[in-house]
Amino acid sequence: MVTDIQNVPAVPALTRKDFVPTCEVRWCPGCGDYAILSSLQRTFPELGVPRENFAIISGIGCSSRFPFYMDTYGFHTIHGRAPSVATGVKVANPDLSVWVITGDGDGLSIGGNHLLHLLRRNLNINVLLFNNRIYGLTKGQYSPTSPVGTKTKTSPTGSVENPLNPVLFALGAEATFVARTVDNNPKHMVETFKAAHEHQGISFVEIFQNCVIFNDSTWESIYGKENREDQMLFLEAGKPLLFGKDKSKGIRLNGLTPEIVDAATAAPGEILIHQPDHPSPLYSQLLATMGPEFPTPMGVIRKIEKPTYESLVAAQTDATVAKKGTGTWQELLQGDSTWTVA
Amino acid sequence: MTQPTHAFHEMKSVVVRFAGDSGDGMQIVGERFTDTSVTVPNSIATFPDFPAEIRAPVGTIGGVSAFQVHFGSNQVLTPGDEPDALVAMNPAALAVHLCDLAKGGLLVVNSAAFTEENLKMAGFATNPLDDPSLSEKYTLISLDITGLALESLKDTTLTNREKLRCKNFFALGFMYWVYSRPIEPTIDYINSKWAKKMPGLADANIRVLKAGYFLGETSETTRNRYMVARADVAPGVYRKISGNEATALGLIAASKRSGRDLFFAGYPITPATSVMETLNNYKHFGVKTLQVEDEIAAIGVAIGGSYAGKLGCTATSGPGMCLKGEFIGLAITTELPLVIVNVQRGGPSTGLPTKTEQSDLFQALYGRHGESPLPVVAANSPSDCFMAAFEAARIAIQYSTPVILLTDGYLANGSEPWLIPDESTLPDISRPFADESQPYVAFKRDPETLARTQAIPGQVGLEHRIGGIEKNEKGAISYDPENHSIMTGLRAAKVAGIAKSLPPLEVNGARKGKVLVIGWGGTYGAITSAVNSLHAEGFEVSCTHLRHLNPLPSDLGELIKGFDKILVPELNNGQLSLIIRANYLVDTISMNKIMGRPFKVSEIREHILKLITA
Repeated sequence: MVTDIQNVPAVPALTRKDFVPTCEVRWCPGCGDYAILSSLQRTFPELGVPRENFAIISGIGCSSRFPFYMDTYGFHTIHGRAPSVATGVKVANPDLSVWVITGDGDGLSIGGNHLLHLLRRNLNINVLLFNNRIYGLTKGQYSPTSPVGTKTKTSPTGSVENPLNPVLFALGAEATFVARTVDNNPKHMVETFKAAHEHQGISFVEIFQNCVIFNDSTWESIYGKENREDQMLFLEAGKPLLFGKDKSKGIRLNGLTPEIVDAATAAPGEILIHQPDHPSPLYSQLLATMGPEFPTPMGVIRKIEKPTYESLVAAQTDATVAKKGTGTWQELLQGDSTWTVA
Repeated sequence: MTQPTHAFHEMKSVVVRFAGDSGDGMQIVGERFTDTSVTVPNSIATFPDFPAEIRAPVGTIGGVSAFQVHFGSNQVLTPGDEPDALVAMNPAALAVHLCDLAKGGLLVVNSAAFTEENLKMAGFATNPLDDPSLSEKYTLISLDITGLALESLKDTTLTNREKLRCKNFFALGFMYWVYSRPIEPTIDYINSKWAKKMPGLADANIRVLKAGYFLGETSETTRNRYMVARADVAPGVYRKISGNEATALGLIAASKRSGRDLFFAGYPITPATSVMETLNNYKHFGVKTLQVEDEIAAIGVAIGGSYAGKLGCTATSGPGMCLKGEFIGLAITTELPLVIVNVQRGGPSTGLPTKTEQSDLFQALYGRHGESPLPVVAANSPSDCFMAAFEAARIAIQYSTPVILLTDGYLANGSEPWLIPDESTLPDISRPFADESQPYVAFKRDPETLARTQAIPGQVGLEHRIGGIEKNEKGAISYDPENHSIMTGLRAAKVAGIAKSLPPLEVNGARKGKVLVIGWGGTYGAITSAVNSLHAEGFEVSCTHLRHLNPLPSDLGELIKGFDKILVPELNNGQLSLIIRANYLVDTISMNKIMGRPFKVSEIREHILKLITA
C-alpha cells in the first residue's frame, strides 16, 4: 500500500513514558519481569499504533499483573483464560493491537487448552509467555515446564513429570510465528517483540524469565555470561546456524539428525541455513527439539503467512451482506414463512 | 372413489402424538403436522421428546422418539396432558407411549413393524395387537404402513431402503385425513425441500403422503373423523417459532435496539445448541457467532466482545453453567454487560440431557463464590423467549452487568405460533460509552441505576485497567477493607435496584383470595391452563408468573399477603418455594416434579382443587 505522507494526520510521537502508568510496580526486586516490562514499554512507541489501540490481556500469575503496569487498555482476567478474552476483543475490534501476557503455569497448565486453540486459529494477536519454570505467585510449586526432578514444596522428592517445551507446543498447534527471547537481553527482546507485532497472524514468544525468589538462576546454564555463547543459537533468516565464540561452530544435518561441526572446516553449504518460512514445520521442530548438547535457538524460529481468523470472519460477514443486504426488522421478525389472521 | 360419508366429531382441541424409532422421522412428521395446523389457523403447542442417543439400536425402547402436538379452536398453552391419538410406528413406541393415551383414544399402529424380533426388543412376550383388550380400551387402527408405503412406490426407481424411509409420510397423510387437515402445505414443503436436489425423493414422499390420506378417504378403516374449528386468535401476522429461535431473535432485536452488535460465543450442548445455530444465519445483522473450544472459552470470548463494546452473549445448559462460574464472577466484578442463556435440562451431571427441568434456579442465583448477585430472568413459553431475551439484554446494558436468562428444554424445542411484534413496540435500550472529553473514572456510577460507564479500547485518552481484583471507584487495585465492603454493597444495591424498573405483576384472577399459584419459567402454560379451566368452572384461584427471579418484583410481597395459601409448582424440588419462604416468611406449599417432563394441566388442577376445597 502506498501511503500519502502529506495526508497522514499528525499524531504526536509516543515515547516510552506514555506507557508508564502512575501505579507502583510490585514484582519482587530483581524479578526478570522488570526487564520485559521495560522492553515492551520501549517497543510500543515504535510500532506506529495509537496508544488507545493497545489492549493487553492477561490471566493470573506474576506475569499477569503486567496490564496494570502499562498505560494502555488492559484486562486482568482469570487463570488461564486470557486467550479466550483476547479472542473476543480482537474479533470484536480487529483494529486493536492485542497482547496476551501469560506464564508457564497460566498458559500451559490451567490454560493449555485455550492457548492451543488461540494458536491454531491464527488470530493476529501477540502472546508473550514468561517461562520461569516455577509457580511464583503461589510461592514456589513446580510448573509444567519444570525439569524432571525439580524439588519444590509440592514435589519435595523431585517432580516426576516430563516438562512441556513451549516452542514445540506452539509449533504443534501450527502457530504461524514462533520465537524465543531472554529477559537479560533487552535489545533482543525489543527486536523479537517488534517482529511479533509485524507478523500478521498469531505470534507466540517464549521468554526465558528468571524468578529471583523461587527459581533463581534457572536459565543461568543457558544465558549466563559464562555459557551464553555456547548455549544460545541466535537465528537470522537466510543465515547459517552458527554459534560459539566467534561463531566458530555450526549445525548440519546428518539424515534427520543435527550435528555440531567446526564452522571453519565445514564444506560450503554444509551448515544449515535458517529458514523460518520453510513450508514444512519439520525444520522448526528439529530446531525446537535439539538435545542438551546443542545450543538453544533464540529469535524467530518459524514465520509463515496464513489468513487470520478475524479476517476470515469479517470476510464471511461481508459476503453475507453482499448476498442478502443488511438485515432488516422485517426479515428478522417475519422469517421465511408467515400467515395472517384477519 | 367412494364419497366420504363419515360424520365429523367436532372437537375443541386435540392432542396427537407421533412415536416411532429415532430413525423413523417422527420429528419431521410432527413438525409438518404443526405447520399445517397453524395455517388453519389453530391455536397450537408442541412437545418434541427424543432420546439422547442420536441412533440407539433400531427397535429398542431407548431409541423411541416422539413428537406431540396440541391444536385447538380454543386457547392452547401446553402441548397437552395425554394424547387423544397415538401413532406408534413400532412395538417399542407402543410400549413407551401407550400408557399416556387417553381411554378410548385413537391408536394407529404400523402392524408391519410388529415382528417377533421387534416385539422382543420392546419387551412384549406376545403381540399386543392380538390382545382383544387393546381394541376394547382404544380405537385401534392397525395398518400395514410399511407395506402400503412400499406398494404406492412400486413403480418408482427408488431403492427399497429409500422407499422404507418414506413411510412416516404415510402415517402423516392418514392423520391429516383423520383430523381433516389440508395436505397442500406439506406438498409445498416437500417440493421446496427436495424437488430441486432430489426430485425422485420429493415425488415419492408426496405419493406416500397422498396414499395415506386417500386410504382414510376410500377405506372403511375408521368411521372416526375429527374436526377442530379455526381458533379465534388475535388478528395479525404470525409465524411459528421455537424457544431457541425466539431467544436468538430476541438477542438480535436487542442488538438493534441497543446499537451494539451481537457478539455470541458458544460450545455445542443439548438443548442449547440451536441458539448458536440460529444466530449463525444472521451475519448480515452484524451478528458474530463463534464456536469455540469449550464452555469456559465461550463465556471468555463473549466477555472479550463486551469489553470491546459489543453485546456479549453465550448460551449453554447446566453442565456448561458450572464451567462458566468463574468467568461470571469476573463479569460481575468488572461490571460488564453480558447475557448468559441457560437452557435448563435434567441434572445433575449429564443427567437427562434431552429432557426438561427447572432445577438450575439456585445455581443461577447463588452458583458462584463470593458475594456475587446478578439479575436472573426467565422465559414463559417458546415465543416468550423473544421478549425474555430482549429483557435480559436491556438489564445487561442499562445496568452494566451479566444477566442469566433461564429457559428450558421444553421451551427450547417446543414451538407455537407467534404474533409477530411491531418493532416500534421494542424500547430503545442503548447506553453511551464514556465521554472522551472527560477524565475517565472506571467505577463512577449513574446515580439512578448505579451502573458504571464503560470506556472501550480505541477510545482516546480513556486507557485504564480492569480485572478480577477488587478495585476502588477510580479503578485502582484496592485491598482496603472499607472499600471492599463499599464495593460489595454497591454491586448488590445495583442489582436490587433493577426492581424499580419492573412493571407491576400481572395476576390472573383476583388480587386477594384463598389460593395464589406462583410459577416461573416453562410451567406458565400448564399453570395458566389449570387456573383458566378452574375459573371456567366458577372456582376462585389466582396465579402470577415471575419473569424476574432476581431481583424479585417489589410488589410480590404485598400480593402474597392477600392470600391464605401460596402454591409454588416447579419442575425441581422446591427452589423458588424456598426463595419465597426466605424473602417473605410465608409458609409456601411446594408442588414438585422431577421426571424430565413438564407438568400436566390436570396435575396442577388437582393440587389447586385440593387447596380450594380443603
